[in-house]
Parts: sequence; structure tokens; C-alpha cells
Amino acid sequence: MLEIHNLNARVEGADILRNLSLSIKPGEVHAIMGPNGAGKSTLGNVLSGRPGYEVTSGEVLFNGKNLLELEIEERAREGLFLAFQYPVEIPGVTNMEFLKASVDARRKHLGMPDLSSFDFMKLARETSKKVSLDPAFLKRGVNEGFSGGEKKRNEIMQMMLLEPNLCILDETDSGLDIDALQVVAAGVNAMRDGKRSFIVVTHYQRLLDYIVPDYVHVLAAGRIVKTGGKDLALELEAKGYAWLEDEGA
Amino acid sequence: MTEQVESLIRKDYSAGFHTNIESDTLKPGLDEDVVRFISAKKEEPEWMLEWRLKAFRAWQEMVEPTWAHVHYPTIDFQSLSYYSAPKSMADKPKSLAEVDPELLDMYAKLGIPLHEQEALAGVAVDAVIDSVSVVTTYRAKLEEAGVIFCPISEAIKRFPELVRKYLGTVVPQKDNFYAALNSAVFSDGSFVYIPKGTRCPMELSTYFRINEINTGQFERTLIVADEGSYVSYLEGCTAPMRDENQLHAAVVELVALDDAQIKYSTVQNWYPGDKEGKGGIYNFVTKRGICHRNARISWTQVETGSAITWKYPSCILKGDNSVGEFYSVALTNNFQQADTGTKMIHIGKNTRSTIVAKGISAGRSQSAYRGLVRINAGAEGARNYTQCDSLLIGDRCGAHTFPYIESKNSSAQIEHEATTSKVSDDQLFLCQQRGLNAEKAVSMIVNGFCREVFKELPMEFAVEAGKLLEVSLEGSVG
Repeated sequence: MLEIHNLNARVEGADILRNLSLSIKPGEVHAIMGPNGAGKSTLGNVLSGRPGYEVTSGEVLFNGKNLLELEIEERAREGLFLAFQYPVEIPGVTNMEFLKASVDARRKHLGMPDLSSFDFMKLARETSKKVSLDPAFLKRGVNEGFSGGEKKRNEIMQMMLLEPNLCILDETDSGLDIDALQVVAAGVNAMRDGKRSFIVVTHYQRLLDYIVPDYVHVLAAGRIVKTGGKDLALELEAKGYAWLEDEGA
Repeated sequence: MTEQVESLIRKDYSAGFHTNIESDTLKPGLDEDVVRFISAKKEEPEWMLEWRLKAFRAWQEMVEPTWAHVHYPTIDFQSLSYYSAPKSMADKPKSLAEVDPELLDMYAKLGIPLHEQEALAGVAVDAVIDSVSVVTTYRAKLEEAGVIFCPISEAIKRFPELVRKYLGTVVPQKDNFYAALNSAVFSDGSFVYIPKGTRCPMELSTYFRINEINTGQFERTLIVADEGSYVSYLEGCTAPMRDENQLHAAVVELVALDDAQIKYSTVQNWYPGDKEGKGGIYNFVTKRGICHRNARISWTQVETGSAITWKYPSCILKGDNSVGEFYSVALTNNFQQADTGTKMIHIGKNTRSTIVAKGISAGRSQSAYRGLVRINAGAEGARNYTQCDSLLIGDRCGAHTFPYIESKNSSAQIEHEATTSKVSDDQLFLCQQRGLNAEKAVSMIVNGFCREVFKELPMEFAVEAGKLLEVSLEGSVG
């Protein structure tokens, strides 16, 4: 699914990722944890092609394709989805219109016909209910005036509609209360089908109680310093990161 | 971002073709003889000629206004030709079937096939090419309802008392430099009269198009809505691509008598000039309406074309309880300049006005909102709400706001809100991460920004306006 070899990336002249390697097979859930400034969010941004994130060396294969050569939208259409930590507002553009255009773009790429407006509306309404978002939100501007929790649920709804192959959740749990966290986790779990893979970037072990990962990686100073099973998250919760940073340095 | 914006801004003008129709064009220059020639060509009555001459003499004494936030070389008004008509007009077509197929083809290229419009849209179109109305559809149906919708040149002959009663009452001949010029040399335009208590049975629509090289186009439109009547009118404008700048100085007058309502929508896509700022239409337009008691005038405009736009559709709220509205989207790209806005003159008691102006600037363009809200001493209880929003795409364009508020009545309530924002990298990235390309993303963001205005447009034109924005923005991100 995803093969990252010796990835080096910089942001505003500073080296953030250093020789990062990671292999993700279909159906796996990988949690990325680590202290502030370790490069956790950078990984998602680099993989999705965000402007300002410069890859200096390394290789990334996504479904056998050279990911780094693809445009942002091509990566998305290939099935790479990034759930944002801070989803932006697009005033006046309705969620429905935005989602329809996104889903159409993805389907077109897969050689599927556009959904009719009627079918799409039906699908979108059903999906919004799955993340406990009132279907009325579909008629509102993208994230316009949404609370933090609503924005995150909106991200998960988009993820469900786009049916990506690889979902990257960038600190989706930040700022969520426990109810919203459970809704988000349930959404993610419902999408685990043995083929779809996930990278769950998080600061806290709490999210991993609900989304149980196959692997937990600790990112420090731009590279993976430790990999383990779900128990590693508990260990980190108890011991913090400092002991690992020393180990990795 | 800037580089992305750059490549999206590059885009060819899709309506830029020139139709080969033989024209009957007057040699360049303007004097009393030219005014007399135009009047004679139109077989006008004596009073009309006198009216024109009065305007011409006033114009000679006037100077071009320079207060607008636009820059352009001095126009040599003696180098322009003031009359041009397609030759095939000599044997005036009586119906669509008789119209020069090339003209119809040109409309097809513009995406306004008359046949189709007649059949599908239920829109009556008074098509104007280079000054002369070519064909007027649906007139019979309208006449059944007592509605008059015809070229103004025809109205001057057929309904002289109506025209004479209202022409120049809202925009006097001497109103301003361009209005005076228009009054002297206007060649054609539309005339609409809606009788008392009548709801016009369909949207009325006029497409103007400047075709002949080096000709100024001076349409004159007069719409009179009699007591308790309603009409919705739409004009669309496009011009072919030329290296020379062309002048367009129109005048539109609206009269809404007691309890009448006029909705006037414009989709303006005159040629904006090329990427280097060469060519394009100079659009100096005077549009104004007067509202009598309980009347309402609503201006909605989508301005994407012209090298220079100088335009302030205004409302004189003379009658008590009358309402004026102005909804505007002005998009400038490359080297376009727009100075546009409105004037709301509150004279009657409890008069209300709403202004929603959206300016979008891309490339190296400059866009200005200029608006006046005046509350006269007698306008007890008058209210105004103004909202001006500017959206910048890239970092080499400009947006300016010049609001003027004059209140002479302490019971008036005036609100003004203004915002300036940019299409942000984060918004673009969100769209692209969801699979949309940058062009589609920008067009979606811009359309969202304009939503409040688009919803005021008649349905079929709202869709057209959205597409037009998309076309006008192509090349502005990439």
C-alpha cells in the first residue's frame, strides 16, 4: 500500500523529516506518536503534497506509484485522504456542492460515472447521520461557523464518502470531547475493512483506546525511533517521550 | 500561491471572434451633422432631433470626469464612428427566419441561440448588434399582456407620447459627460412599458454586442413600470476581441411608478483586453432608476468584462416606503480596472436600501467600490444596509472601497460593513486534497463568495454567471 524509504523533508529551510522509512500494508492501522515538533504533522502534509513542504530525498510508493511525482489532487484521487487538524472554512460553498465535486472527481478517476444529484444527496444524508451530524450541515458553507467538533466530524464524513485507500488522521482527536471522540473513532472503525489502511497521528493515547492500532511508531527528531504494538502507547502514556528521545539521538 | 495564481489567470477570451457581416458605418468624427444624420437615419420626429442637439451642445461644454480610480489614455472622441448597422438590415427581417444566418450563428457562439431561447427559456430577446435591433422575439405574446418591448428607435415613432414623457427624466441630458454624449448619439436600445397592475408574463432580455471595429456603442434603454406592475429585465453583453479599445457609453433609465417593481439584472462580459492589458472595452455607463410610492427597484449586476468599468446603477427613492437594492459582483483579472458601485438617494419617508457589493481582483487588476448613501432631510425613518466584500487572488491586485454617507435626518439608520479577504493557500489545499484541481477550486471558492448576489439573479442566469466567473478566472491559479 505505502512504502516510504529514507524520506527527508524540510519546511522553511529546516530539516524536519530525516531518513524516515515506513511500510504499511493493506488493512493496517499505524499510529504515529511523539513529542511536539517531532514531525508528526509534517509526515501527513508531505504525503499529501502540501505546498511549502519540500522533499529533499527519499522515495514514496503508493499503490506501486511514485507518490511524490503526483499533483496534490492526483494523490487524492488515487485514494490518499488527509483529515485536517484545523479544517478551514470556505464561506458560501455548500458542503453538499463541495462533497459532490470531490466524490465526482474521485469516481471519474476510478472510471466510474458521476452519481446523480439525487443519489448523492441520499448518500450524503445517510453518511452525515453516521457521524452524528445533522443533515442540515450539508447545506451550510464548508466548515462555516462549525464548532471544532463539528469540523472534525465533517472531515470524517468526507472520508467516508470518498472511500480512500489510505486515511491519514492528523491529530483528529485534538480539541474533541469524549463523545465526539467516540463518534470519530466509530466512524474510523466502521471503515476498517481489511483493505483500507490508516495512519493515525496523535498526541494522546486516549484515541487509541477507541481506534486500536496494529502498530505504534514513535517519531522523534524526524525519524521513527521506536515501533511496537498497541501496548507501546500505554507505555508512552506512563513514561513520556524523554527516554526515547535520548535513545534516538 | 502566487505562481499558481499566475498560471490560472492566463486564459483566452472565449467570445472573441469577429463576424463577417457587411456594415453600414459612418466615417469617424462628431459634430451636429452626425447627430442629424443619426436622427435622420432613424426617421425620428423633430422633437427627438432637438432633444439630441440640446444634449450635444451641452456635451461640447463638458469635460470628461477624472475622479474614478481608473487610468487610461485620453479618448479622442473625434476618431470614433458614431453609427454602424449591419448591411443586411436594409431589408429589415420580420422574424427569426429572415435574420442573416451569420448573425444567428454569432449568437450561437455566444451561447444564446435565439431559437432555443424562444422554445426553452420563455425569454423574449431583443438582440442588439452594433446599434440596430435585429430581431425582437415574443413581442406578440407580450403585446397580448399589453406590454411594450421594442427597440427604442421604434418606440420613438410608435409611442412618442410615452417616450417623450419619460425620456431623460431620470438621467437628464446634461447629467454627466457620457450621459450627454449618449443622449446626442444613441443609436438604439430597448423600450419597455408595463401597464398598470400588470405582471410581465416573462423575463425580458436584451443581448448587446459591439461588433464593428472602432465604433462606439451608445444604447439607450428606458423602462417604465406603471402603477402596481412588475417586470424583470436582463441584459447580457459581449464584444469581440480587438487590439483597439472600444467605447461603450450606455444610459439606462428606470421609472417605477407607485407600487411598481423593476428587477434589472446585468451580466456584462465585454472584451476585457488581453493578458498585457491591450485592447478591451471602455465601459462608461449611467444607470439610474426612480421609485415612486411603495415602489421597488433592484439592480443586480455581474461584471466580468471590459478593460475599464465605470458604472453606478442608482436609485432615487422619491416615494414614501420605496425600496432600492443593489447586488453586485465585479471581477477583474489581468489589467482590468473597475470603479463601480451605486447611489441610493433617500427622499421619501421610510425608504429602505440594501447594497451588497462583492469585488474580486486577480492578476494585476484594480477594483474599486464607490457608493453614496444620501438621506435627505425629509426622509424620516430611512434605512440603509451596505455590505462590501473584497476578495483578492494573488498579491499584485488591488481592492479599494470609497463609501460616501450623507445623512440629513437624525432618524435614519445606516449600516456599513466591509471585509477584505484572500483566497487562502489553506482553502486551495483543502479543495485539492479532496481531488479538485486548482482552477475548479478557485472557481468554487469565488462562486461561494458571490452566492448572496447570484441568488438575486433569475435562475438560468445565475447558472450562466457562475460559469462566466469560472471562464474569467481560468488561468488565475494553477
